[in-house]
Formats: sequence, C-alpha cells, structure tokens
Amino acid sequence: MIALTRVSRTFPARTETVAALHEIDLTVAEGEFVAVIGRSGCGKSTLLRLIAGLLEPTSGTITVDGGPVHGPRRDVALMQQQPALLPWRTALGNVLLPVEIARLPRGEGADRARELLDAVGLAGFHHRHPYELSGGMQQRVALCRALIQQPHVLLMDEPFSALDALTREDMAAQLQALHLARPATTVFVTHSIQEAVLLADRVVVLSPRPGRVREVLAVDIPRPRSLGRSAALPAVAECVAHLHDVLAKAGDDLEP
Amino acid sequence: MTRFRSWGLPLLGAVTALAVWWSATAVFGIRSFFLPAPPDIVEAFGRQPAYLLREAGSTVAVTVTGFGIAVVAGLLLAMTLTAWRALERATLPVLVALNSVPKVAVAPLLVVWLGFGAQPKIVLVVLICFFPVVVATMAGLTSTPAELSELSRSLSASVWQAYVKIRLPWALPQMFVGLKVGISLAVIGAVVAEINNPTGGLGAVIVLSGMSFDTPLAFAAIILLAVLSTTLFYLVVALERLMVPWARAISG
Ligand SMILES: Nc1ncnc2c1ncn2[C@@H]1O[C@H](COP(=O)(O)OP(=O)(O)OP(=O)(O)O)[C@@H](O)[C@H]1O
Ligand SMILES: [Mg+2]
Repeated sequence: MIALTRVSRTFPARTETVAALHEIDLTVAEGEFVAVIGRSGCGKSTLLRLIAGLLEPTSGTITVDGGPVHGPRRDVALMQQQPALLPWRTALGNVLLPVEIARLPRGEGADRARELLDAVGLAGFHHRHPYELSGGMQQRVALCRALIQQPHVLLMDEPFSALDALTREDMAAQLQALHLARPATTVFVTHSIQEAVLLADRVVVLSPRPGRVREVLAVDIPRPRSLGRSAALPAVAECVAHLHDVLAKAGDDLEP
Repeated sequence: MTRFRSWGLPLLGAVTALAVWWSATAVFGIRSFFLPAPPDIVEAFGRQPAYLLREAGSTVAVTVTGFGIAVVAGLLLAMTLTAWRALERATLPVLVALNSVPKVAVAPLLVVWLGFGAQPKIVLVVLICFFPVVVATMAGLTSTPAELSELSRSLSASVWQAYVKIRLPWALPQMFVGLKVGISLAVIGAVVAEINNPTGGLGAVIVLSGMSFDTPLAFAAIILLAVLSTTLFYLVVALERLMVPWARAISG
C-alpha cells in the first residue's frame, strides 16, 4: 500500500522556488492499479520519484507498506520516463541488471528475462544492443527490466509513450494480463485517457503549477478490458468524456 | 569503387608525394647531405638494419613503459579525484600548473636528478602523457547521464556496483580519447628525452647522425619513428574497438 499525506515538493530555481507538487493526498491500496494523468510539467515524474524514495518531500509524509519511505527499496520498481538502458549491454543483459545488483541467481533470472522479452514482442532481439533497437523497443526492454524483480510496488512513467497505437494496445493488454495474474500495487503515469481508463482501477487527474490532485475517478468496468471491445461500452465512453472535460478545464489540452 | 576510395586514394597520395620529393632532389640536384632522396634513405637503412632496429626497440621500450605507468597512475588518480571532491578542489590547480610547465624544459633536469640511464627518459614520458589521461578519465567519470545514476539508485546498487556496472563502463570511451592523445605524446616524450640524453634510442640516432653529417641515416630514423608512432596509436585504437565497440555506434 502507498499512502501520501499532504505531500509537497518544491525545487529551488534561480530567483524563486518552483512548486512541483502541492499537498497531495493519495492512497493506493494493496494490488490496486492507479493511473495518473495531467499535462506536461504538472509533477507526475516528481510524484513517482517521491514514492520511489529518489526524492524527499519538502513537507508531508509518504509510506509504502506501512513504513515511511527513506530511500529506494528493492521491492519497489521504477520504470523511468527515459529507457535508461546501458549501451554496452544487450537487451537481455539490460533486463538482468536488477537481478545482478540484487545478487539473485542468474540462471532463473535469465529464464524469466527471456519470457518477459518474448511477452513484449522482442523475441529474436534478446542479443541486440540498445542502439540496434527502435525507441519503442528500448522502452519495452526497460519495461521488462522493471518487471523482472516481480516488484511489490510498480511505478511506471509513461511506459508506452514511444509506441505506435497498435503496439500500445498490445502492451496495455500484456500489462493488464500480468497485473491480473499477479497484482502489484501500481502507479502508472500516462498521457492517454483511453489507456488510463483501460488499465486503471482509479484515475488521478493532476492540475498543473503547482501539481495538485484535481480529481480522482473510479473506473468500475469489469476486467479484462480491451480497447477493441470495451471502447463501445457506455461506461467507458462516459469515463473518457468526463476525464477529457476535467483536463480541458485544467486550462490545457492533453498532449497526444 | 569504395575499395579504391579507402585504399587507392591514400596510396595514390603517398606515391605522388614520394615522386615529387624524389624528382625535386633529382631536378634541382639537391645533395643527399641536405635532402636525401628516397633511395638514399633505403640505402642508409640497408647499411645497418640491426642497429636501427635495436635503437627502435629501445625507444619502444621507453615509450611503452612510460605510457603504461602514466595510464595506471592516471586512472587511479582520476578515480580518486572524482570520488573525493574536496581533494579534487585541492589538487587540480596544482596539476594544471604542473602541466603548464613545458616538459621539454625539464628533460635536462631529469638527467641531473636521475642520471644517464633509461629512468629520466621514462619519467619524461610519464610526465608528458599523464595529464591527458587524467583529464579525459575524469571527464568520463563525471559524465554519467542523470537517468543512469537514478537507475542505479532506484535499484539500490551499492557504491561499488554503481561504479563497476555503470560509471566506469560509461567513462571508457572518453578514457580512450585520453589514451590516444597520450600515446602520441608518449613517443614525442621519448624522442625528446633521447635527444637530450643520447645514450640510446632513435632520438640518439638522429643526434649522432647529425654529428657525422649522415642525413640519410637521420631520415631513416625519423621514418622509423613515424611508423612506430602510427603503429602504437592504432594498437590503442584496436584495443578501443575491442573494449568499447558500442561507443562508435552511439556517437553515430
Ligand atoms: N530536479 C529538478 N530541479 C528543478 N526543477 C525540477 C526538477 N524536477 C522537476 N522539476 C520541475 O518540477 C515540475 C514538474 O516536473 P515533472 O518532471 O515532475 O513533470 P511531468 O509531469 O513528469 O512532465 P512530463 O509529462 O513532461 O514528463 C516542472 O516544472 C519541472 O521544471
Ligand atoms: Mg515526466
């Protein structure tokens, strides 16, 4: 479980301080999937960094599984906004990095890494280096790297932003299947309303400057959902339209 | 066509330069004492190949030993300085000041301090190629991209793991920039030391051939030096290709 209580974070800038997040209250239940949407610069990445223990809040408290966050933890995985792959390692080697760092048995890890790479459509690319992969492929390698430790808490920062619409749907479906099989407590940042509604139990809308929680919308649509079949459901259309309105009111349109 | 471009064109250039040189000495009747023609140099080499090769070997030994010491010491110093910012602040100005001393000027002093053996030569080589190795390695070690540092933190990597698995490999391409500059300077350092202290090596050959007005021999020594320097440089390049094949790919 993740709990944020009145969490604010400011950054020192040249003249004044930039308030990235202001008094965020948010709880994510055990095994819950929460999507976070909001326009560029409203503090979504900062939110994930705070939960991951990479940044300290300026004020407020954050707890993960009941304990306050003091720093990064092995059972919390963060998939960053950039793929952040090591250029000298192959796709497989990159996915295995967390296994090596945690000093877990490499053989088991390698089997799981291969399964994951195959699942995200990278069969046949296990031994390619990042510079031989497209941006979207690199992102999928980074996704596998985040999933390899079977984290208890999974934080994802726009994991599918570099993918085409169809691959994006496939990946969302994969992620949903993984989540149904083994629900990790998940915070998923995205720019896509459809994706948020497809995947999330609840959608959090952040408003910019400073980032605040503008609205939290529960998505009560039975799983498994799919863009193809569920898109026509009135409940889905309603959620999407509503989120669109909220975001539009926040002053700016979503980025595509 | 592409093979002609990569091999034929450089070859054509070299042959043309040789031809111009040779015909100039013939047409203007330049004496070989002043500017030897290519055959004079081949002949000078043919007169005493064993001697020239032995002296070349001595230059290589000095260069490689000095370069090796400079690389090991340079890498260790760069690692220490980047790990310890306070020390970096304190020592970097001293290093820069030391480096701005023209090393050539120190060569005679080194002989005074260390005698006429190989030692002062090796020390001059170390002095001359140490700094580029340190600076390039430090630049590499401090250029880890923010997202990779964040990655290693989020994986709870130990300081040692972050260093060995991320920071050090990331620094390798820049380190090799320093090594390539260093190896070229190392040859220069060795020759300067040998000219100053002509007890052996190709530098000594050049000094001695000047005394006996044997210009073709001096040219033979200079050409050997060029071959030697080029070979050492490309050995470092080969090592780079072997160790960081990915660097060329990501820098495009
Ligand atoms: N390390 C930092 N130093 C200074 N300011 C920062 C830092 N990180 C973030 N900010 C500021 O905080 C605000 C929120 O940034 P953040 O990266 O969290 O936005 P985001 O919602 O993830 O945007 P995007 O959708 O474009 O990724 C921005 O105004 C940014 O300038
Ligand atoms: Mg972001």
